[in-house]
Amino acid sequence: MTDYRIGIDVGGTNTDAVVMDGDDNLLAKTKTPTTEDITSGILNALDVVLDDSGVSEDELDYVMLGTTHATNAITERRGLNEVGVIRIGAPATQSIRPLLEWPDDLAEAIGNNVAILDGGHEFDGRLLNDLDEEQVRAQIREFADVDAFAVTSVFSPVRDDHETRVAELIRDEVGDDVPISVSNEIGSVGLLERENATALNAALTSVASEAANAFVDAMNERGIDANLYFGQNDGTLMSVDYAIRYPIFTVASGPSNSVRGAAYLSAVENGIIVDVGGTTTDVGAVTEGFPRESSVAVEIGEVKTNFRMPDIIAIGIGGGSIVSTDGGVTVGPQSVGYKLTEEAKCFGGDTLTATDLEVAAGTIDIGSETPDVDAEIVEAAREYVRERVEREVDRMKTSAEPVPVVIVGGGSILVPDDIAGASEVHKPDHYEVANAVGVAIAQVSGEVDRIYSLDEMDREEAIQHAKDEATDNALAAGADADSVDIVDVEEVPLSYLPGNAVRIKVKAAGALDH
Amino acid sequence: MKITTDNIDDFATGATVLGTGGGGDPYIGKLMAQQAIEEHGPVDLIDPRDVPDDALVIPSAMLGAPTVMVEKMPKGTEALSAFEALETHLGQEAYATMSIEAGGLNSTVPIAVAAALGLPLVDADGMGRAFPEVQMVTLTMGGVSATPMSIADEKGNSLLVNTVSNEYAEAFARVTSIEMGGACMIGTYALSGAEVREHAILDSMSLAHDIGEAIRTAKHRSRDPVDAVLELTDGYELFAGKITDVERRTEGGFAVGEATLDGIDDCEGRTFTLDFQNENLVARDSERGVVASTPDLITVLDAETGDPVTTERLAYGHRVRVIGMPCSPKWRTDEGLDLVGPGYFDYSIDYEPIETLQQPKHD
Repeated sequence: MTDYRIGIDVGGTNTDAVVMDGDDNLLAKTKTPTTEDITSGILNALDVVLDDSGVSEDELDYVMLGTTHATNAITERRGLNEVGVIRIGAPATQSIRPLLEWPDDLAEAIGNNVAILDGGHEFDGRLLNDLDEEQVRAQIREFADVDAFAVTSVFSPVRDDHETRVAELIRDEVGDDVPISVSNEIGSVGLLERENATALNAALTSVASEAANAFVDAMNERGIDANLYFGQNDGTLMSVDYAIRYPIFTVASGPSNSVRGAAYLSAVENGIIVDVGGTTTDVGAVTEGFPRESSVAVEIGEVKTNFRMPDIIAIGIGGGSIVSTDGGVTVGPQSVGYKLTEEAKCFGGDTLTATDLEVAAGTIDIGSETPDVDAEIVEAAREYVRERVEREVDRMKTSAEPVPVVIVGGGSILVPDDIAGASEVHKPDHYEVANAVGVAIAQVSGEVDRIYSLDEMDREEAIQHAKDEATDNALAAGADADSVDIVDVEEVPLSYLPGNAVRIKVKAAGALDH
Repeated sequence: MKITTDNIDDFATGATVLGTGGGGDPYIGKLMAQQAIEEHGPVDLIDPRDVPDDALVIPSAMLGAPTVMVEKMPKGTEALSAFEALETHLGQEAYATMSIEAGGLNSTVPIAVAAALGLPLVDADGMGRAFPEVQMVTLTMGGVSATPMSIADEKGNSLLVNTVSNEYAEAFARVTSIEMGGACMIGTYALSGAEVREHAILDSMSLAHDIGEAIRTAKHRSRDPVDAVLELTDGYELFAGKITDVERRTEGGFAVGEATLDGIDDCEGRTFTLDFQNENLVARDSERGVVASTPDLITVLDAETGDPVTTERLAYGHRVRVIGMPCSPKWRTDEGLDLVGPGYFDYSIDYEPIETLQQPKHD
C-alpha cells in the first residue's frame, strides 16, 4: 500500500512537514522557518521532506495543509473582503446593530455594510416576522459593490428557511460568483457571536481561495497531482472547495493538529496535550482522540464568536523565551521568536533564552556555542516553567483525577517529565513535528449543531435527522461514504423554555475519499 | 454624572460583581446602552435625593429566558409603548427610569431605556445586587406594588397587568413573555421620588461604576483589584483557592449547584464550598463553617485580574478569590429575610450578617 501523504503545518515560527505512508509510518520530517508569504515556506518544507523520504512527486496521493492565512488576514486586516452583512430579524434585534462591538479598523476593513431586515423565527419555530422579499432584493442591490454576503437570521439554528431564501435571492440578484455565508452553517445560538463568525467567514473567502490557488499552482508546477486538503480547527480535514467556502474553520487549526498528532504518536486517546513552540506553549485536551471544544465564546481578532474552537490555553513560554534574572528568574513572555538562530547565546547572540539554559545544562546540543549559565539559574528557570505548565495542565483537567499528559513541539525539552497531576507523561517519537503528523493522519468530518422542538418530532427522529445532516456535511467536506461514522452526539436541553427545545450537536468523521 | 460610551464598560463590570454570579450577562444590556447612547446622547445618572417627592419614576427591565435574550435582542423602542401605557393609566408623565437590580443584565438595560426615552436614570435600584424573581426587591417590603405593570414586545404588542400581589405579577409576566417569544420588556414598580428615597437602595448604580473602574484601573496601577473592590463595598476576602469540583443541575428553572475550592496562599490546607441557585447564596469554610449567606453578596473574582466570574463559568482548576459584601440593611429585617434569606432558598441555616461572621470566634 502506498498512499503517500504529506502533512504540513504552518506555525508562527516554523513550518513543519512530514511524509507518511498508507500505514501511517513516518518516512521523513522537517522544520523550516515560516516565511512572510507563507506559501514559499510551505514549498521549502515540501521539497525537504520529498528529498529525504525518496518519495517522488508523482507518488504523492494527498497533501494536507494546516495554515494560518485566515488567522493572519484577520489580525493584520489584510486582503479581507468587503462584506454585505444582512441580519433578518426586524423588528427585533434593532437595539444592537451588526458589527457594533467590532474594533473600528476591522469593521472598516470589511466595509461596514450592515442591514437589519424583516423576518426571523421565535425559539419554538413560530414566525417572528414575514420575510419581505422586495425589501431583501432592494438591500442586495444597495450592496452592489460588496465582494461577499453574510446572512444571519434570528433563531436560524431552529429554522433556517429565511437564511436559505435570502441566499437564493442574492444568487438571483448578483449571480453565482459572489460568495454567500449563512449563519446556521457556521455557529450556534447567540445571534451576535454567530453573526460575527459568519461575517468573518465571508470576509475571508478571497484570502482562502487565493491561498489555495497559489498552493495548487505551485504543486502543479512541481508535477504533484495529489488531492489537497486543509486542516480544520476540530482536528479534521476539509477539501479545497469546502475550505474556500468555510475559511473560518481553519482558524486555530494549528493547535488542533498538535492535539491530534500528539494523541496519535503517544496512543493517548484521553488526556492533556502540552505543545511547546518557539514563543508560546499551547495546553489543550484530547477527548476520544479529538481536541476538546471550548464551551465559551472565543474571541478572534477581538471579536466574540461562537463557532466551535478548540479549548486551548496559551502561555508565553517557548524555546525562544527570554530568560530574565532580575529579581528572581522568569521565562517569557518576551521571546526572540524566529530570530532564535541569530539572537540566542548558543547561536552566538546576546540574549539568554530558554533554549540556552538547556544547552548549558547539556540536555540538548544545538547552535555553535555552549553558554555559561549558573546551575542555580537553570534550576530556577526549570521550576518556573514547571509551575506555569502544571497550573495550566490543572486548569485543562475536568477533575482532580490524574490524567496522561503528552508533551510535544520543538521546545518539549523545557518541560519536565514529572508533571504534578499527571498519571503518566509521554514525550513520543517525532514529538517535534506532532502538528504536521496531526494534519497528515486527520480524518474528514462534518458537524451539525441545531435546536429541535421535541413537540414536533420525537427525540429519536431529531437525533437521526442531526446524524444524517452531519454525515452529509462530512461527505461534502470530502469524506469517503463507506467509512463515515458518527463520532460524537451531544444533547443539551434548553432551560426556561416550554416546548421541549433541545440542542443537538453531532459530529461525523470518515477517511479521505479515494 | 453622565453615562457615556466611555464609561459604560465600567458599569457592566461592576454590575457583574454585584450580580453575585448570576443576574444574566450584562453584555447584551451594555451593547444596547452603547448603541442607544450613540444615537440619543449620554444618560444623566441623577441623585435620588434630587428627585421631587411626587415625581413618577418607572423602573424598567428585560424579562425572559437567557437563550432568547442572546438570540432575539430587543428592538430598542419597546419601552416607549410600555411607558406610554403606564403614563396614561397613572395620568402622570415619567420623570425618570430606574434599575430594579444593580447586578447583571437588568442593571444595564435601563441605561438603554433611559437613552431611548430621553429620561434620566435614578442612581438607585431595588436589590443592591441580583435576585432571580421580580418580587425580590426592597420595594415589595415598602408596599410598592409591581403593578400596574406594562409588558411590551418588539412587535408592538403591549399589556397592562394588575395583580393582587407581586408574586402574581411575576407569574403573569413569565407566561406573557413566552407568548411574546421568550423575552419582553417591562415597566414595573412605578413609584414616587419620595418612595424611591424611602424604599429603594440608593447610590447602587454609581457603586457599580466605581467597582468597574477600580478593577480596570487597578491593573494599570499595579494595585490589587480585589482590595480595591473590598474598599468600595466594605467587603471581606472570604477565601483564595482553586476550584476542584463543580456540580450542577437544573431545578425548577434555576441553575443550581455547588463549587468546591482548595485553599491556596494563606488559605492553604482549608477547603471552601459555594452553593448557588443562579446567584451565589451560601459560602462555607472547612474550618469556620458558614462565612457568608444570602442576602449578603458573595462574588467570585479571578485571582489575578479581579474580573468577576459568573456561576456558569466556574470550572475545575480556575484560581479565584471569593469576596463577601454586606447587603443593604433593608434586607436584614425579618420581612427582608422572608423574601430573600437562606430559608427562602431552602437552606436550613440562620442568617447572620457577614460582619458578625467575620468577627474572630472565641471558644
